[in-house]
Amino acid sequence: MTRILTMLMLAVFMPLSLALPAAAQLQVRVDEGNFKPTPLAIPDFEVRGENAEMAQNIADVVRADLESTGLFDIQNPASFIQKDLSIDVQPRFPDWRIIQTEGLVVGAYEELPDGKIAVSFRLWDVYGGEVMRINGQPGRRLTTTPDNWRRIAHKIADSIYTRLTGEDPYFDTRIVYIAETGPKTERVKRLAIMDSDGANQQYLTPGTNTVLTPRFSPSAQEITYMSYEGGRPRVYLFNIETGRQELLGNFPGMTFAPRFSRDGQSVLLTQAQGGNSEIYLMNLRTRQSRRLTDHPAIDTSPSMSPDGRAIVFTSDRGGSPQLYIMNTDGSPRTCPSGGRDVACRITFNKGQYSTPVWSPRGDLVAFTKQLGGRFYIGVIGIDGKGERLLTESYLDEGPDWSPNGRVIVYFRESRPGAGPQLWSVDLSGRNERRVQTQTDASDPAWSPLLE
Amino acid sequence: MKTTLKITAAAAVVLAVGACASKPEPVEQVEEKAPVEVVDNTPTVTEPVDTKPVGPTGPVAGSLEDFRVNVGERVYFDLNGYRLDSDDQEILKRQAAWLESYPAVRILVAGNCDERGTREYNLALGERRASIVKDYLVSLGVNPSRIDTISYGKERPIAAGSDEQAWALNRNGFTQLVSGTTS
Repeated sequence: MTRILTMLMLAVFMPLSLALPAAAQLQVRVDEGNFKPTPLAIPDFEVRGENAEMAQNIADVVRADLESTGLFDIQNPASFIQKDLSIDVQPRFPDWRIIQTEGLVVGAYEELPDGKIAVSFRLWDVYGGEVMRINGQPGRRLTTTPDNWRRIAHKIADSIYTRLTGEDPYFDTRIVYIAETGPKTERVKRLAIMDSDGANQQYLTPGTNTVLTPRFSPSAQEITYMSYEGGRPRVYLFNIETGRQELLGNFPGMTFAPRFSRDGQSVLLTQAQGGNSEIYLMNLRTRQSRRLTDHPAIDTSPSMSPDGRAIVFTSDRGGSPQLYIMNTDGSPRTCPSGGRDVACRITFNKGQYSTPVWSPRGDLVAFTKQLGGRFYIGVIGIDGKGERLLTESYLDEGPDWSPNGRVIVYFRESRPGAGPQLWSVDLSGRNERRVQTQTDASDPAWSPLLE
Repeated sequence: MKTTLKITAAAAVVLAVGACASKPEPVEQVEEKAPVEVVDNTPTVTEPVDTKPVGPTGPVAGSLEDFRVNVGERVYFDLNGYRLDSDDQEILKRQAAWLESYPAVRILVAGNCDERGTREYNLALGERRASIVKDYLVSLGVNPSRIDTISYGKERPIAAGSDEQAWALNRNGFTQLVSGTTS
């Protein structure tokens, strides 16, 4: 809870702090129409210890993270003029202006007597000729055990990204997904987890039962997902640390489409029985559940607004799958189409809409759209306005948001018969790129920022 | 269009099972409770059987093979649909009659969808398909306590292709005999 508050405060104060510095200071705009990546130089880190390879690896991960945003042009070290950089000395700015660097990251790697490692860095505004303060400090120093070196790298990249864009960080996160192997008619599906850049892939379930649609809790320690364990499709909680799995609730019929509430205290899920699917909200402490929808049509895929007051879901009550919003307490809403109703339809363009996910910022819903034999990932305002399609392919499905609401991860079958792969796209629709996995992969879900 | 696809579907199932099943109208057959011995020189099939003659013995009555071959274990749905047309109803009538003959048999009705829908919606749609099949069997007199249902959404395709023909096969209600058959 404290962490959520801190993040909210950052989100509130960030634009203010950005408005204050001198006009000359380097700032990367993420929404600019005519976009050109900002040139950024990240030379190898100074090595104060034995393991030069680790220093190199850390710098490589920082470069890869920042490059992956599509916002930065990470410059080729061969073009660098100044070779005698030190974190303790101001760089020779003219040397960097010649190669048109705008931001310069200078880092140092140290091995400490207790076996830990420390990485320090400063971010320089080359044209402004000054250091860019991060949280009021002229640089940062991060310490950890050597096996955690990738997380240090992600945190450094997060600091630089946040300082330059004003956006909340998202590199120090993980992605949970379903790893798929075997032929289509005998598919083996396992729960898998990896760092946000695809490193450290691990399989969490053995594949004896089909598992689907994992989603992170806001604590990042727990996952809720659906499993066919015991031959019945039902929603489970899974603890990442202990590997322990726990059945959620005692519903007749099947339960599926789980998703945590934003405060992590409850899970939204769908229960289906006798041909009818309804959405429930289960309190994880009391284990009491409350039915939210009441309609003979299919109601599924619920996702809660950040303030917890409303949910967006898929329903075919209008004849085909479309997106609807309702208040969590069931009270009537004023609908975008006019009039008051318990559930307001928000999608009215041509096509079928499903898998809605409310953005962490609260203003948008990401969805899968089907139209004319193609699948799209898109976003729409909660008032049903401003639909934008970000991707298109033979099958694009199942979007989820990065914790800062800038990037969407989803899965794609690029052509008929192709296995599913994970992809990500920026909210601007730019920078579509593959997220590498060892096997075919589907149903990705993004963790919150790690502690 | 749908009829053509269904014939193809039936053909594919028959091919998978074996060649002895090419009976297009086996409705009358299910009334025979005694073991059905299909004698060589009196084939019941109405189509030419020049490629693979029917063997001296058909499937054992009350067996899984009997159900597959003489009754039919799947009904096929339209795109995004969950209604049972007259072909589907015929198959389910045969299933109900067969189940009446073999009262120890318990079944699991699975609802399946093609890959051209999203995962969670398809899980709900598959549940609806399985329930429709169950309700129809119950309306024909099958005791509901003998029927379980499950939805596999788009997780259990029977045809691996990615074309209209494969999708039509994969949109099905599958009646699986879980216990009580004669082997």
